[in-house]
Amino acid sequence: MISIDLILFFIASSLVVGGGFLVVTVKNIVYAAFALLVAMLGTAGIFLLAFADFLALVQILIYGGAVVVVILFALMLTRLEDFKGLTDNSQKPLAVLVSLTVLTIMLYAIVATAMPTSQGDAISMIDLGVSLFQDWAIPFEVASLVLLVALIGAVVLVRQDEEGR
Amino acid sequence: MLDEYFKQYGIIAIFAAIAVALPTALMLISWMLSMVKIRPNNPSEIKSSIYECGFETITERWNQFNFRYYSIALLFVLFDVEVVFLFPWAVSFGMMSVEFGAFVMIEMLIFVGILALGWIYAWKKGSLEWS
Repeated sequence: MISIDLILFFIASSLVVGGGFLVVTVKNIVYAAFALLVAMLGTAGIFLLAFADFLALVQILIYGGAVVVVILFALMLTRLEDFKGLTDNSQKPLAVLVSLTVLTIMLYAIVATAMPTSQGDAISMIDLGVSLFQDWAIPFEVASLVLLVALIGAVVLVRQDEEGR
Repeated sequence: MLDEYFKQYGIIAIFAAIAVALPTALMLISWMLSMVKIRPNNPSEIKSSIYECGFETITERWNQFNFRYYSIALLFVLFDVEVVFLFPWAVSFGMMSVEFGAFVMIEMLIFVGILALGWIYAWKKGSLEWS
């Protein structure tokens, strides 16, 4: 008997694996960015199935939204001629060797690890909010300072680059 | 609790399924109509040109965009991270007592205020303007 959550897991994980496979195989780099978006959304689905709905939200908003948008904007800054060298695969054997080695190590680690199969309850976003704003109020405010530093950094870096042009 | 969880996300899943199915079905119907020769097929140069709000295209589809777009994308990422914190805040806000709610309200105002400082900084430095 295949349960519905197993089917949902297979749908989500096939999105992740299929999207990730397309990212590395597709020739057009814009398609690769969109395939990355598919993989990110699949990861969000897996988070949802693991009852981590806040993480799924973060995955969709930040990774699926912002990060893919930044990648696409970075691609828009380039010219097509800059990618002529992409079809040059002289390092292919080395790349295959390295990725197979990493895959072997990761597979060994996954098989050797005893995965905890907890039947824990879902932590709702309400509990998370109360905990974040009650017990972690100061770290939460510090997070805004970290974001502020990153924001100023982004502005300064972009301005320096403009003056250099 | 878990039933409720699956029910809520089941509704989102239905919306997602419709969002995928509708454009797929439209393209499929269009293709099937062209198979039975109901949809006419007279391609011309103007028809297959890139449509961009009715303007005539002046460059290739892949040309170099202005660098300023990227700085706006970077600012978007940072404010996106800020928005993520607003979600648990909005969901849990109605569950709180009045005193604690006031505390959390001020907390979020400080959070948004600090980031608004960064926004004003970016504005003053001209990152949001076109020279």
